[in-house]
Amino acid sequence: MDAGSRTPQPRPGTIGDSPPRPDATAKVLGTFPYASDLTAEGMLCGATLRSPHPRALIKRVDVAPALALPGVRAVLTHQDVPGRKHYGLIVRDCPVLAVDQVRYQGEPVAVVAADDAGTARRAAGAIVVEYEVLPPVTDPRGALFDPDSPRVHPGGNLVRHQPIRRGRPDDPAVRAQAAVHITREYQVGMQDQAFLGPEAGLAYPLPDGGVHLHVATQWLHADREQVAPCLGLPEEKVHVTLAGVGGAFGGREDLSVQIHAAMLALRTGRPVRMVYDRRESFFGHVHRHPAVLRYTHGARGDGRLVYVIAEILLDGGAYASTTEAVVGNASSLGAGPYEVEHVAIDAYGAYTNNPPCGAMRGFGAVQACFAYEAQMDALAAALGIHPLDLRARNAVKQGSTIATGQVIDSPAPLAAMFGELRAMPLPPEHDPAALPPGGYGNTTHGEGVRRGVGYGVGIKNICYSEGFDDYSTARVRLAVEHGEPVAAVRTAAAEVGQGLVTVQGQIARTELGVEQVSVEPADTRAGSSGSSSASRQSYMTGGAVKAACEAVRDQVFELARERGIAVPRDAALLGGKLVSARGEPLADLAAVLGGRVVEQTREYRHRPTGPLDRLTGQGGSHVQFAFAVHRAVVDVDVELGLIKVVRLDVVQDVGRILNRLALEGQIQGGTAQGLGLAVLEEIVTDGGKVRNPSFTDYLIPTILDMPPLGMRILQHPDPASPYGLRGAGEPPTLSSTPAIAAAVRAATGLALTRVPIRPEHIALPGERPGNPPPESASPQSASPENAAPPGPAPLSQEANTDA
Amino acid sequence: MEFFAPASWAEALETKAARPDAVPIAGGTDVMVELNFDLRRPSALLDLGRISELKEWDVVGGTVHLGAAVPYARIIRDLADRLPALAMAARTVGSPQIRNRATVGGNLGTASPAGDAHPALLATGAVVEAESFRGLRQIPIGGFFTGVKSCALAPDELIRAVLIPTAAGPQQFAKVGSRNAMVIAVCSFALALDLDRRTVGTGIGSAGPTPLAARGAERFLAGALDWGTLSVPVSAARRFGELVADAANPIDDVRGTAAYRRHALAVLATRALRWIRTAADQDREPVPA
Repeated sequence: MDAGSRTPQPRPGTIGDSPPRPDATAKVLGTFPYASDLTAEGMLCGATLRSPHPRALIKRVDVAPALALPGVRAVLTHQDVPGRKHYGLIVRDCPVLAVDQVRYQGEPVAVVAADDAGTARRAAGAIVVEYEVLPPVTDPRGALFDPDSPRVHPGGNLVRHQPIRRGRPDDPAVRAQAAVHITREYQVGMQDQAFLGPEAGLAYPLPDGGVHLHVATQWLHADREQVAPCLGLPEEKVHVTLAGVGGAFGGREDLSVQIHAAMLALRTGRPVRMVYDRRESFFGHVHRHPAVLRYTHGARGDGRLVYVIAEILLDGGAYASTTEAVVGNASSLGAGPYEVEHVAIDAYGAYTNNPPCGAMRGFGAVQACFAYEAQMDALAAALGIHPLDLRARNAVKQGSTIATGQVIDSPAPLAAMFGELRAMPLPPEHDPAALPPGGYGNTTHGEGVRRGVGYGVGIKNICYSEGFDDYSTARVRLAVEHGEPVAAVRTAAAEVGQGLVTVQGQIARTELGVEQVSVEPADTRAGSSGSSSASRQSYMTGGAVKAACEAVRDQVFELARERGIAVPRDAALLGGKLVSARGEPLADLAAVLGGRVVEQTREYRHRPTGPLDRLTGQGGSHVQFAFAVHRAVVDVDVELGLIKVVRLDVVQDVGRILNRLALEGQIQGGTAQGLGLAVLEEIVTDGGKVRNPSFTDYLIPTILDMPPLGMRILQHPDPASPYGLRGAGEPPTLSSTPAIAAAVRAATGLALTRVPIRPEHIALPGERPGNPPPESASPQSASPENAAPPGPAPLSQEANTDA
Repeated sequence: MEFFAPASWAEALETKAARPDAVPIAGGTDVMVELNFDLRRPSALLDLGRISELKEWDVVGGTVHLGAAVPYARIIRDLADRLPALAMAARTVGSPQIRNRATVGGNLGTASPAGDAHPALLATGAVVEAESFRGLRQIPIGGFFTGVKSCALAPDELIRAVLIPTAAGPQQFAKVGSRNAMVIAVCSFALALDLDRRTVGTGIGSAGPTPLAARGAERFLAGALDWGTLSVPVSAARRFGELVADAANPIDDVRGTAAYRRHALAVLATRALRWIRTAADQDREPVPA
């Protein structure tokens, strides 16, 4: 199934080849201009005053002390917002600047423009704000279900409740079919995208009263749609150009500096740059929803699932952001890539006074995957079945129906993927060269170290779901310049590091038979390309570029026919010629064009999807499904609770490999981000306040934490998608986390129901609220099946101390 | 902000006397972070980078005189034999780039309870050599740390060197962090045995308002240890771990809980003791080449 062994060598730079990124050299040399490097003549620097309180009423704001500082050009509050005071990606609930109250620590209250960044920061600090501090709402369960809970917003604390009902999960006769019932509660901490390029943008005032924003973002048109009304401008007067993006992962879907910088530029009549520093960045974008997930699974003695019941609470924090859609994913994919006849899932998104949460790679599917995969392991342990065998007995395939009633109508080759994973070699039991748990800390010379192996499987929707029309637009031009055919591609799709610019060029080379392709900067003067999210850009903008190229090609053929050249229907363009399907030249492109430039613009749409029924959650809500499978091997120092992931192996089906190098990078990165969630990454809050807004204490994996990654990439094409491709960026983020958690459970014998796993969860398992007794027995269950998975008890110190 | 870059030690002392508000900077791995995060806005910086004698080390009468600005990378390269615990600690400092810049003098000046060098300095009985225009004084490490991120230096004093006895017995250092590298200590522990004087030295990091020594554990082990074989009964090894844990005064913070720190220190202490005996065994019975 591997492309390398089957497909003929592609023409250089086309689909299937791995041409280098155009920005690769500049990024390695440090010369790539990121958004934070932007500068303009006469530029002012902006700064933001943010709330220190998670919940408070604003009694008074005095900007006079800030305005009095030399070099300060403008100080703006909500009263200065020229248009609408609120914005939002789905729900317009987020104030541009706080209006009379703040709902989270870090909420913007005022913005300043000054001659330099230091003055701007000092001026922001000089603004006097009188707060009446209120007790914050920080527990999502209380926010949702306690009738006495204060309301974060006037409409209450529920953003969305999505039930999924299939079969008769409540029927005692159904439950009686199960030989084993497992009930556990899981927690997922608040992960951050931790992109390395902080939020940044530069706003230029335009002579017509409009504004031009250069900004690092994920969806230019969604930015414009939200920015323009708040500025009181028609959309035509707001231009957005993509600036150099230093990573996104969902964290740039919501606005950050956009409206603030534009307001300051319009007020001062000068260009204004805003750049967050690292600390501010932790408050300047949404995070992954922390979740509490209570699952009950019932299975027959042979491991076949009978029913799944789940309650998923997602803490959306102070503003809605994309919580609604995250709830849609968590619920519709909440049973995982498994066939199960009887399902009752309730997913809730809550408003609290915690940091706002929204899009992050995996988008609701990550949280559910951690829980349902732990459940599959618990079932396997209770039934004495190998974890992969148990999964194989339940895995979906093409033709399966998921919990929403949607039929998977394209390949879902989990059986083949499990086979590939089993065939990959395990690392040696003892590798003297390997770093032990504790790494460079010299904490063990082998004492307390136990090895564990675990598996994780995930299912992710590709493209936007639930009826959303996330079309993409591309314009392609073809001309002959100096005897060479040259193509130019223009879209508004955001290159956020994933390699989209490269893939656009590959598609144009493939379809138009050219070597030279220029991909023009992304700008709102082009039509919308939708978001660089949901693993969708190769599919959607790739599809749009392909469609525009096909239209260009058709027009060229039409021109040739007008000139009396017989062009068969299966003709192609190659190397400046029109050729037959067998490659015989039919005509010179230059002669056909005669100096003309052929230009076509196309909008590409995936097949339509529908909503989830509000009461039953039934509906064909998803475009495409993608799958990845991980195996993790870990060494754990069970006395100190330190973990070294020794090896990760992954199998992913991508339908068709467009660019192997970029794809492998996505799988590496997604896996590493999943590793981070498993053992390191969490924004820790206390009373709504972030305790670790820095890379000193928000720890992301280093090269010494990320192990070698074995990779098998399968290609079972999806007939509905361009080239048969399947979105690839997110699936490895789902399955990596549960695989590592399962491996740590296998090494320690502990239930470990929370990620990230911290050293004290292993070393002192009784000590914390997040690690309840292994499981709570469900009424139907007999106790033996409910026992904790077998494994060694944590060793006493004595056992290892013979000094 | 004013910037002073004296070319000599004497000039540095003059500057510091005239401008006690000037913040000394060597590798800059602490100071620059604070400046970049706008956590500190000193009125003046005193750059010690041009004073070459601070970047040198020497051995005088069995004591290593370590210049305050010798970077950790050189301690690892040059001093692993003479100062094993400090060299082991140096390997756990930051990243390779940080180890090329960061210095023991800087660690001491910051006086963070999490400073990686401190436990090794405590365990080996180091002496901080501080100088001002008024003169030179030697501050035993046990009296150097006076509170959270504060130390015994007078406003006009600079650290010139750290005097560390050449190892007279096995030493160990271990540091717990939740990441496998480039991490601030959740807790750390150093152990140094002096076989000539039959004394035990300990140092604990990140488990109290200051780095500290477990004096009770030191006395206990000095009595319980068979100095010939460097072995102790299992129960005594465990007791040593408990005494080290008892000496700590940790808090719950975002990096770890107090209970975990105590637990981990007991584990590290017993392991370090075991490793010291293992090393002693290897010394007695050299493995044939």
